[in-house]
Amino acid sequence: MTKLAVDIGGIKLKNPVMTASGTFGFGQEYAQFYDLSLLGGLVVKGTTLNPRLGNPLPRIAETPAGMLNSVGLQNPGVDYVIEKELPWLSKYDVSVIVNVSGHSLEEYGEIVERLDRAEGVDGVEINISCPNVKEGGMSFGTDPAIAEDVIKLVRGKTKLPVIAKLSPNVTDIAEIAKAVEAGGANAVSLINTVLGMAIDIKKRRPVLANIVGGLSGPAIKPIAVRMVWQVAQAVKIPVIGMGGIVSVEDALEFFLAGASAIAVGAGNFHNPRAAVEIVQGLEKWLQEEKIEDIRDIIGALEL
Amino acid sequence: MVQAITGKVLSNELVAPDFYKLDVFVGSMAEEIKPGQFVMVKVASGLEPFLRRPISINSVNIKERNLSLIYQVIGKGTKLMTNIKRDQNLEIMGPLGQGFTWKGTDKTAVLVGGGCGIAPLVALAQELKANDKDVYVLLGAQTKDRLICEREFNKVGAKVQVATDDGSWGFHGFVTELLERLLAQVKVDQLYCCGPLPMTKIVTRIAEKNSLPCQVSLEERMGCGIGACIGCVCKTQDHHGKIDYKKVCTDGPVFDSREVVFDD
Repeated sequence: MTKLAVDIGGIKLKNPVMTASGTFGFGQEYAQFYDLSLLGGLVVKGTTLNPRLGNPLPRIAETPAGMLNSVGLQNPGVDYVIEKELPWLSKYDVSVIVNVSGHSLEEYGEIVERLDRAEGVDGVEINISCPNVKEGGMSFGTDPAIAEDVIKLVRGKTKLPVIAKLSPNVTDIAEIAKAVEAGGANAVSLINTVLGMAIDIKKRRPVLANIVGGLSGPAIKPIAVRMVWQVAQAVKIPVIGMGGIVSVEDALEFFLAGASAIAVGAGNFHNPRAAVEIVQGLEKWLQEEKIEDIRDIIGALEL
Repeated sequence: MVQAITGKVLSNELVAPDFYKLDVFVGSMAEEIKPGQFVMVKVASGLEPFLRRPISINSVNIKERNLSLIYQVIGKGTKLMTNIKRDQNLEIMGPLGQGFTWKGTDKTAVLVGGGCGIAPLVALAQELKANDKDVYVLLGAQTKDRLICEREFNKVGAKVQVATDDGSWGFHGFVTELLERLLAQVKVDQLYCCGPLPMTKIVTRIAEKNSLPCQVSLEERMGCGIGACIGCVCKTQDHHGKIDYKKVCTDGPVFDSREVVFDD
């Protein structure tokens, strides 16, 4: 029997496959296609203290092997998420992680306090890397001192495991990872989207109303693998790897680079069954390779 | 129930310059489809293009378990769709979105379609006729040869009028002028509209002026097609004036025209 279970800073996942925030709604959307209990974990849409309308249109642009988005954290606010979205997920045997975004330190703290009291939350993912909001978001995740402060503050507000979601839009991601580890993060997840831009040459205008947006999809996979590898060597806490994963082969690159779990993001749009196909593919691959425990390949990269 | 299936292509043929009709066997999905809904199609294998394409459903044959899509070649995705061959497999997800609705008390409906937006109105006309409604169909196209589906509307017994930009068929002018003339003559209960945005805006204004309910089908770039990515929203306003962004894929694509805020 192949062992797929992993522990991500206190969050027990029965398999190491998750879905990335902002690509999976609150789960219901994909429950139409498969049993969510087949997944290890599920990270719900970025949640803010108050409801957010999000950015103007157009919000998405397809690019080579990927897409740009500037949704801008449209969400119904943390109280609505706790009351209306999370209870529905309780019938599934899957770890639920809520992605949290604030525009001030206080706001991060307030949201996490409310989630700490809520039912059905297995962990919080602190989004210090959203490129699509004017205040907060990425600005918290590009300065190591500020990143550490945010994590330290939320760490003091909850008993739940805290995951810091890191931005690739920095010179040295390992430095940020070490800072959030020092701040008390139980795990890191990376990468968020890469800041990008597309131009409509006929109109001579940016395609996105927000001018710039976050690039995701297979186009960013090599960047993500490189950063997961760098971070896995720099910190002792577990790494959740993501960025352009659409297949089991993609997922395996991340495990070898040092990720203890992986998440499927834009890949869900490409193939709505991508995450569950990766769970099945992993099991098959490990059996074929006669590897009994997924943990044997985590960080098993040979140089 | 939304399904993500592998369908079988029955045909993919040019029906007018830049317009193709794609017939696909979709099994039990066919039974679930309502007029105005759409499907997401994976237009080529591999990673390019990365996203599926939302295509409205033109008509359904429940007995044969197949559906027809009509698409206009506009960009990279629809250009690739022209390469789809008979008998090949096609990844298709649907039916998606909220379609058109009607009330039992409605007697007379007017359908206004322009360009590729005419396609989903065929399924609607079929259903409305099956429900004993009096159906007027007003179609707009650039030229006679770029007009689609006229025969299908005639076949179901709708009263069809055509407007072309160059006068090569029917009325020489805009389809919205046909609408204003018709509303001056006939008592109408419900308007339906699908077409280019400028046309939809004018139809919405005409509906308002005549105090008629109007359902408009909107188009937007989509990521997931099922409400998860929130990329395809449209600006809306409720009756208290509260602004919101609703998802074209799951709250729409059909909206009450009074709800939609058209930014100029």
